[in-house]
Amino acid sequence: MITIQLNGEPQQIAAECSLGQLLQTLAIHAQRIAIEKNQRIIPKSQYANTFLAPGDQLEIIQAIGGG
Amino acid sequence: MSINAEDALAKDNLQLAGHGFHSRLMVGTGKYASHAQTRAAIDASGAQIVTVALRRVNIGQHLDEPNLLDVLPPDLFTILPNTAGCYNARDAVRTCQLARELLNGACLVKLEVLGDQKTLYPNVIATVQAAQQLVDDGFQVMAYTNDDPIVAQELESCGCIAVMPLAAPIGSGLGICNPYALQIILENANVPIIVDAGIGTASDAALAMELGCAGVLLNTAIAGATDPIAMAQAMKHAVIAGRLAFLAGRMPKKRYASASSPLEGVMA
Repeated sequence: MITIQLNGEPQQIAAECSLGQLLQTLAIHAQRIAIEKNQRIIPKSQYANTFLAPGDQLEIIQAIGGG
Repeated sequence: MSINAEDALAKDNLQLAGHGFHSRLMVGTGKYASHAQTRAAIDASGAQIVTVALRRVNIGQHLDEPNLLDVLPPDLFTILPNTAGCYNARDAVRTCQLARELLNGACLVKLEVLGDQKTLYPNVIATVQAAQQLVDDGFQVMAYTNDDPIVAQELESCGCIAVMPLAAPIGSGLGICNPYALQIILENANVPIIVDAGIGTASDAALAMELGCAGVLLNTAIAGATDPIAMAQAMKHAVIAGRLAFLAGRMPKKRYASASSPLEGVMA
């Protein structure tokens, strides 16, 4: 296991985990989110081949109600 | 020239970002009791452009809840992501970039860079900076600003596709506090001017349109009404009525009376 920062909180995930696998584990649909890894946006097309390392900072965002 | 109301409205689309919109009312999606109420109110308003905010996904919570974009599908509505909650240009630009990724490359954004939490007045200096960066990065920027005609011109010069002065502070419902400043902004503008924030009730929206605004953007006036669905309908009609009144050209104001009935033939 490794530890990353996910939306500001520590999160234990499997080593060698891709973004795509992480989303599956978290039951998050890739279609309705955007992801930033270490302050860089990762396009949806690269989720499957983007792997996470210890200490990575991940932001997963969605649209919510707002004006 | 007489105007047939339906003909006039049918041809009178709001041109924005290369698209024609028949509704000049834009609505926010915040402060509703549920997703179902959000959708019902938006349907009642007839709005085609809806704003959304971007926030972190709640990890491990409410995973079975539908996403807002399932309730308001981007193929049915033009989604206008905002930068609410951003207090500097950098955060606003970052939020817009995330929004573009989220919405599969859609580059229409509502830029708002706030000055402080108490007034939610825009920081216009940071707004102009962010607008310039976003335009250079290919975004179509609709910029929330105060009712300052000079700042409105700066934002237009930056390449914003619409300038959106406030009527009054966000969520205040005070209505159009400075119609004279708004009129100066309108006289100078070469891009659509859309009143954003501060609308409280239908007559406020109608007044914005009568002054010649291209549209009205509001959220709390509907979501905060006792009956949001009824107020959504009221806003729809108010924007249409105000627009028609603007197109019709109002009579001049006079200080003295002018009888409506003929003076000739009055019985002695």
